[in-house]
Amino acid sequence: MTATELSFYDRISDALANPEGQLAIAAGARAKHMNRASAMAEFPNMEITRERARHIRARTLSQLDYFLAQFADNVESLGGHVFWAKDAKECNRYINEIARAQDVQLVAKAKSMLTEEISLNESLQASGINVVETDLGEFIVQLSGDKPSHIIAPILHMTRQQVGNVFKEKLNVPFSDDPATLNAVVRAHMREIFLKADMGISGVNFGVAESGALCLVTNEGNGRLISTTPRIHVAVMGMERLVPTLVDLSTMLQLLARSATGQKLSVYSNVLCGPRRENESDGPEELHIVILDNGRSQILGTSLAEILYCIRCGACLNACPVFHSIGGHAYGSVYSGPVGSVLSPLLFGDSWNLLPHASTLCGACKEVCPVDIDLPGLLLKLRAKESEKGESPLWMRLGQWIYAVTTCNPILFGLALRTGQLISRILANEGWFTKLPGPLQGWSAQRDFPALAQSSFRQMWDKSSKG
Amino acid sequence: METRIANIAFVAFVAFVTHPAPVNASPRQKWTENSIIFQSIMNIKMTKTTQSTAQLLVTCMVDAIYPQVGTAVKSILNKNGCEMKFPPQQTCCAQPAFNAGFLKQARAIARHTIDVFTNTAGPVVVPSGSCTDMIVHHYPELLKSDPVYSLKAKKLSERTFEFTQFLVDKLGLTNIGANYNGRATYHPCCHGLRNLNLVRQPSTLLDNVKDLEQVALPCAEDCCGFGGLFSLRMSEISGAMLDKKLNHVEESGANVLIAGDVGCIMHMKGGLRRRGSNIQVKHIAEILNDCH
Repeated sequence: MTATELSFYDRISDALANPEGQLAIAAGARAKHMNRASAMAEFPNMEITRERARHIRARTLSQLDYFLAQFADNVESLGGHVFWAKDAKECNRYINEIARAQDVQLVAKAKSMLTEEISLNESLQASGINVVETDLGEFIVQLSGDKPSHIIAPILHMTRQQVGNVFKEKLNVPFSDDPATLNAVVRAHMREIFLKADMGISGVNFGVAESGALCLVTNEGNGRLISTTPRIHVAVMGMERLVPTLVDLSTMLQLLARSATGQKLSVYSNVLCGPRRENESDGPEELHIVILDNGRSQILGTSLAEILYCIRCGACLNACPVFHSIGGHAYGSVYSGPVGSVLSPLLFGDSWNLLPHASTLCGACKEVCPVDIDLPGLLLKLRAKESEKGESPLWMRLGQWIYAVTTCNPILFGLALRTGQLISRILANEGWFTKLPGPLQGWSAQRDFPALAQSSFRQMWDKSSKG
Repeated sequence: METRIANIAFVAFVAFVTHPAPVNASPRQKWTENSIIFQSIMNIKMTKTTQSTAQLLVTCMVDAIYPQVGTAVKSILNKNGCEMKFPPQQTCCAQPAFNAGFLKQARAIARHTIDVFTNTAGPVVVPSGSCTDMIVHHYPELLKSDPVYSLKAKKLSERTFEFTQFLVDKLGLTNIGANYNGRATYHPCCHGLRNLNLVRQPSTLLDNVKDLEQVALPCAEDCCGFGGLFSLRMSEISGAMLDKKLNHVEESGANVLIAGDVGCIMHMKGGLRRRGSNIQVKHIAEILNDCH
């Protein structure tokens, strides 16, 4: 989606060649990971709540058609409009049409990864509409012409100093790296945007089927402002982001903030029901909810459907040692980390098939997932899907064939051991290889490889049982 | 038979009366206390009916690169009353194929391993959390629609144990009289830690090693970056992860690094050698087998 020219491997090299960014990412992600751990430790019955949350997601998805219809009916009876968008194009076209019909000049946006997925900002800007991101992190991303590097912390890759420099350059304010000062700058700048905007656009954290309510969760209150001040509020919701009831919502909210940042609850958890009613003093005149498929219905009902349980808390990114090392940008997709490695090939196609290989299957992601998604298992399934289609590299296919033939035959296996011993005897230096050929050179680039033992365990066993 | 049951019941009763949980203990503490009592009862029962034979699934990497680990496992179990058998037809557990998504190959190799161990007696002991996880959790899943092997896979998975798990949970041993002079830190390998919950077993065994000074490993639960073929396919990321792990190992001040999987050991050892470090890397069986 966020297609960059570079290949995955080049992006990895670039990320690793930037120690400053790498440190910022690792420190930021680890801090969130630790906060999550302590929040969960003091949360009674965490495992039971987690199980309940998983059950809620599973039930919702198993009857998604029913809950979507119920949700849409309720939204409409509250006076909102529902639009079903098959893909990014339909979604962007619909929102552009509303903007044109209502003569919208300025759009204030709350943070939403779904709108990143469909490049909504670019689409609106191409029609001459001014779009301003109102989440602090997203605003900085927008100012610096960057992309978010984490699903809930868009500027995880930046240091305070870098943010100070962006502000100095783009907003003409004196340099400062003091968070409070930087915040004050944005606050002054944003207030005007909120008051002037004709349209507010947000994502949806959860839609509540039984009432047609939308839940928006933010820490900065911008979600509340953009959904109440402008004339029109457009909310873009992934078709899987429903919970059946308000009680279910409370279960999910207990886990969402704790998993994401270690907070008990996000600072602003808004539940919005329809547009402004006659005797109400605020709220939008018009509410549009776009329910977006964009590939999700293709995942539903498959063995990979579990990935749709995801509530986008980012805990798996914060726990992932691969993410700590390369950061979000290297993945190249809107969705990074373990969840991104599963979602990207499913939503955006086979060109993302290398992402599932960027995991040691260490399981840290599954351990922290609030809805217990078996992420390593899903990565394995994606790898299996790729190799079934015969799309693995030739050296891998060849190697796997040789490996299987050898290991299924103890005589060949013994022979392979002896060959390895011979090679070790001739080529190893003090029991180590420091340079390996072909596809093995990646290993020797950063570590030595041990020579095979001159007597394998089976040879030793034979000798001792005979002698 | 009845007398034994009566004995066990009596021991249980006495243990319960003489070891009450602390008055203001949390339910968790009480549960732990009770489970210790329960375990000691089970041990009494176990020692009377000990399986005297166990099969050694040594793993391909121990076989080829670190045979001394296999020898250590054999001698520890021999000393504790287990006769060890080594079915010579065994090769590899299929993880390199399975983790790369080559399920056809993985199934073939899994069937071979199952054939090798099906007609053998007693539990199967594996000095690797990762290979144990493969057999215990992935074999049954991989072969679930195979009419012949699904049941066999399940049976093998039920009698396969990781080495420290076997010592502590099956043999009921916590102190095996080992003695190792050194300052050590322990890296919990991911599959053992997260898929087999190997926490208590290695730590109990290491706590009882005489003269072993243990120091904490910062960010111990972070993966070392090995990941099998990951280390070749994503070697740059793997190297970056290894770097972080080794920085933490050096930070810990240990002169020996202990782990339970030779894959991770090979990775960390190779990295330490490239750095020119003197820190040794040992499999936990090597430490436990040391008794001067």
